[in-house]
Amino acid sequence: MIAASARGLEGATNCFVGVGLPNIVCNLAQRTVARDLQLVYESGVFGARPERLPLSIGDPTLATGATAITSMFELFAFYLQAGLIDAAFLGGAQIDRFGNLNTTVIGPYEAPKVRLPGSGGACEIAIHARHILVIMRQAKRSFVDRLDFRTSPGHSGDPAHDAARGWHGTGPTSVVTDLGTYGFDDATGEMTLVTLHPGMTLDDVRANMGWEPKVSPGLAETPEPTSLELALIREELDPTGAYTK
Amino acid sequence: MSSKQTTMRDAVADLVRDGDTVAIEGFTHLICFAAGHEIIRQRKRDLTLARMTPDVIYDQMVAGGVASKLIFSWLGNPGVGSLHAIRRRIEDHDPEPLEIEEYSHFGMVCRYVAGASNLPFFPIRSYYESDIPTVNPKIVPMTSPYDDATEVYVVPPLRPDVSIVHAQRADASGDAQIWGLLGCQKEAAFAGARVIVVCEEIVEESVIRQDPNRTVIPGVVVDAVVEEPFACHPSFAQGYYDRDNAFYLDWDRIARDPETLATWLKEWVFDLGTHADYREKWGAAHWAALRPGDAMSGEVNYGRYA
Repeated sequence: MIAASARGLEGATNCFVGVGLPNIVCNLAQRTVARDLQLVYESGVFGARPERLPLSIGDPTLATGATAITSMFELFAFYLQAGLIDAAFLGGAQIDRFGNLNTTVIGPYEAPKVRLPGSGGACEIAIHARHILVIMRQAKRSFVDRLDFRTSPGHSGDPAHDAARGWHGTGPTSVVTDLGTYGFDDATGEMTLVTLHPGMTLDDVRANMGWEPKVSPGLAETPEPTSLELALIREELDPTGAYTK
Repeated sequence: MSSKQTTMRDAVADLVRDGDTVAIEGFTHLICFAAGHEIIRQRKRDLTLARMTPDVIYDQMVAGGVASKLIFSWLGNPGVGSLHAIRRRIEDHDPEPLEIEEYSHFGMVCRYVAGASNLPFFPIRSYYESDIPTVNPKIVPMTSPYDDATEVYVVPPLRPDVSIVHAQRADASGDAQIWGLLGCQKEAAFAGARVIVVCEEIVEESVIRQDPNRTVIPGVVVDAVVEEPFACHPSFAQGYYDRDNAFYLDWDRIARDPETLATWLKEWVFDLGTHADYREKWGAAHWAALRPGDAMSGEVNYGRYA
């Protein structure tokens, strides 16, 4: 999951990073496929060089040694809204087949079953970052036919509409789960299974999805993590196994 | 300028009033927990609490019964999970309902910018095709007056009755310097009708004047200055002490059960008179363990033009 996500950052330069898995993914990518990757955090850090794995996106290790620290207004206005960010990670409690995300509420908004954190920067990241990469564990309750709430927009299902939006963002470009990796169909904007992780089957995918998945005609197996990737993850990025047990 | 230095007890007693909108800002960094604890101790009531990320401090304040409304953009325990006391109020109205008004991060930032700039609203390119404006009627679509094809959303100014911001150092008249993550300290301070600056240390005015680029808040907008070391714990002050991540993780367990939480509030807030008692209760070893190594900035030459 981590190695496949990191490969998705090949060639990226300015990447908005979240906590947890995305943080490990970006740090792995910086050491493998995207040497020039600038780690950007919504807390106002551009070009972070964390010396330890930060627990939160506002960890002090992100400030020390960074290229720049900006006000949050500058970070969101001059870097994100102006279109400087070419990749970003998002996740959520729910995703639909077009990559729309819910991080706000399970159940009705006025009488929530579960109150989630809300948008944070997600709704603007979804609009302005050129490529959105989603990392989520896959389950029927999270890969749903209908979102309870749309916090962050994905594809609309109408590519002509999407092209006319005039956003820097193009909707999510990939979704990586614990079962496989997905792209989005150019003609329909629909999530499409591209690779299955070693040992996973199409039935596993169906059993953990709220709709009948679209499958790429060239469905392949996700390449195994290389020994370099594994060594970096296990020895350097997450030595205690906090995120990768 | 005359000294505005006072104690946390007096600053909160004089400047925070029941029914106020209060913003204790600081994005992960420089969150003034000591001010929140003092507000709980003084049993302020019916406050509207504004913060981008309510964080553990507002979970504590909501549990302490001071708040009737929350304005925010991300409601969680950063890097850990949920804020359970706030969730109980929202999901189960336990012990009573909590009104909420939510934005995105950029929306909240621009609310402070509008408040600080005396603007009637602030336009941003957020909220497109999101359900957020459907549950918050204060987020309004607007066509550009210069281009019919461009639609933006506008957010209203936020002018807290009281803004409380922490800084690493300030002089006695309130000129405050911050380094590391800046959050919205400046915007919240300029937007606030009354402003309390809390700092790790009060320094001479000459120290401030030696490095004016680092001054984020000028004393002219500040009403009270409080020197309170470690006031941000378990949040942090860059260069002074680390974030107490262990406490943030532990809060998840404490807040999950209302009785455990009430016991914690009694022991760590109500039964203590001041933040000095809180520092003493944690003990010197705790503070020593949170002290980072050094990473000094270089010096620059401002030049002398006599």
